[in-house]
Amino acid sequence: MAVKRRLLDGNSAAALAMQMARVQVAAMYPITPQSPIAEAMSEFAAQGSYPKKFMRVESEHSALSAAVGACLVGARAGTATSSVGLALMHEVLGVASGVRAPIVMPVVNRALAAPWSLWADHQDAMAERDSGWLQLYVENVQEVFDSVLMAYKIAEDPRVLLPIMVCQDGFFVSHNSEAVAVPAQEVVDAFLPPYEPKNAYLDPASPLVIDDLTPPTLFTELRYQQKEAFANALTVIEEVGAEYGRLTGRTYGLVEEYRLADAETALVVLGSVAGTMKGLVDERRALGERLGLLRIRSFRPFPAAKIRAALTGRKRVLVFDRSAGLGSDTAPLFTEVKAALAGLSPAPQLFGYVAGLGGRDVMPATLARALAAAEKGSGQGVSAWIDVNQAEVGGEKEC
Amino acid sequence: MLKVESPAKHLMAHGISTCAGCSMELAARYLLKAAGPQSIVVIPPGCAALLSGFGAETVVKVPVFQGNLENTAAYAAGIRAGLEVLGKEGINVVGFAGDGATVDIGLQALSAAFERGDHILYVCYDNEAYMNTGIQGSASTFPDAWTTTTPAGKEGLGKNMLEIAAAHRIPYAATASAGYVNDLARKLTAAVQAAREKGPAYLHISTPCPTGWRFDPALTIAVAKAAVQTRAWNLVEVVDGDWRLTVEVKDPKPIGEYLRLQGRFRALTPEQEAKLQQLVDSEYEKLLAHLK
Repeated sequence: MAVKRRLLDGNSAAALAMQMARVQVAAMYPITPQSPIAEAMSEFAAQGSYPKKFMRVESEHSALSAAVGACLVGARAGTATSSVGLALMHEVLGVASGVRAPIVMPVVNRALAAPWSLWADHQDAMAERDSGWLQLYVENVQEVFDSVLMAYKIAEDPRVLLPIMVCQDGFFVSHNSEAVAVPAQEVVDAFLPPYEPKNAYLDPASPLVIDDLTPPTLFTELRYQQKEAFANALTVIEEVGAEYGRLTGRTYGLVEEYRLADAETALVVLGSVAGTMKGLVDERRALGERLGLLRIRSFRPFPAAKIRAALTGRKRVLVFDRSAGLGSDTAPLFTEVKAALAGLSPAPQLFGYVAGLGGRDVMPATLARALAAAEKGSGQGVSAWIDVNQAEVGGEKEC
Repeated sequence: MLKVESPAKHLMAHGISTCAGCSMELAARYLLKAAGPQSIVVIPPGCAALLSGFGAETVVKVPVFQGNLENTAAYAAGIRAGLEVLGKEGINVVGFAGDGATVDIGLQALSAAFERGDHILYVCYDNEAYMNTGIQGSASTFPDAWTTTTPAGKEGLGKNMLEIAAAHRIPYAATASAGYVNDLARKLTAAVQAAREKGPAYLHISTPCPTGWRFDPALTIAVAKAAVQTRAWNLVEVVDGDWRLTVEVKDPKPIGEYLRLQGRFRALTPEQEAKLQQLVDSEYEKLLAHLK
């Protein structure tokens, strides 16, 4: 099998995967740190490759609107965004999922203003967690490439038919170059056949009104169908990940377990920080500590049963959030994990930590502090903030 | 349930649920007649959403997508792009939106579609307020007119949407009126052709609203004609940058003959009326400057 290794960063891996998925229409608006995806896609189109049409739109709101329009007449469509651009799309995110348009969108995670920040933070995507989109979070550049390809297959599966975000951490992944195994186009084509609309679509030969005013009973029924599609996606994501594994040797599931089987303490994370944590796990393992990691790839659908099974029998579970969860005692990932483990007996001790907001480094030392804090009971049952030093902004240091 | 005995002619059913005397409906009928069955229409949630329908019922025989208020042009542009990459030719892509969805919140997406040269026809039916939500003022509301959000009369002169469209140097832009249907029909045909062959086409139709303008539904066409005959609304066509009047009003009536047909100007003082007369006259002078 012809496999090339290419030096790619997260943005170029996302763009290359969209090209190799033969995306027909890409509508994109530049935003840091996503801009290189828009640039690459426009370059591909200029060269006569896929996308066949690059739409230079005037906003993210229009980018997603145009992608929905293209998808509804039967074209494979995509866009990409980040941070406030994702927030600007909010209204159309609900339309895309409600009309069951299987659009794939790389999201380069970046903090939401205010204050302005350019750097990694999951607040942007977390704010859209109920938008009806699937959300995959990836760890590295290889996974960006693989996940964008798999995302089209998952989204277009007739059991799913939902749009999907492939979330990568801004700069840490989007601007970090790695050697990426790229399968031959024939392999991709065999894996991902051309898009055919399977649900509602706009065709004068078969006129249909899409998205008209819907009475309450029917509205509820249609929402229920979306809920069922999320449940189906739990199966489809694993099936597609297994099929992709047979073709490429890289198998993906809903979660990734790292040295977890006999772990007493489990770390639970989303995204690129898993790399640092795996290093820490190795270090602590060398010292005899039974530490393991559970990385959640699919945040929507949230694989609660899988997580429950993976964390059963652990003494301690430490969940790290890269978003603030303001106004709640528990940040978004911790809230979900806590609910997934509710009623488990024997129950692990649960600890939550908020770290790495606005691109702040999550260093091995940060994790060491979290582990030490857990030893003392800090963060138990709630999301505690680690590494906060209010003296740095003129306030009082609290921890 | 009402049983309709006679089949609907053309592409829109009869007996639909627009207000009595609605001239948006008239404009839509002419639009669908000009665009024909090989069309896809994007309609935002305004008055024209009544054409999209409710639940499993619709009144139109062409595919329709009901979008959001501000992105009619972006959805239409995406539909056109999709048809283009799939090699599907001969389909008209039409946006049909009210003044709020066009002149106010939709202007950004519309401007971008004009600038990109997307082959879409965009038709604005202008009833001069947010009629579907209950007569709130828009950027298109006539100066000094009452609406539920301009209770003391609308301040500001509004936007000249034809000049805005023409400033994008699109191949076809025109104004029309529900009171001059032959002129409207001809412009719709020209606009459909321009959108197919050249690029974006824009048609801005004055569609008086008996509910919001406070006049007898029987008078819709009379009000529409009065707007033109007083030069409160001018019928103009801009083809490849060349401006021309398509209906020339040589001996205009005083503006009061238009204003007094409507309840929304009931509180107007003689001073305001004189000011509006000056405004209409000066706007006409500016329009003449565009004509060669």
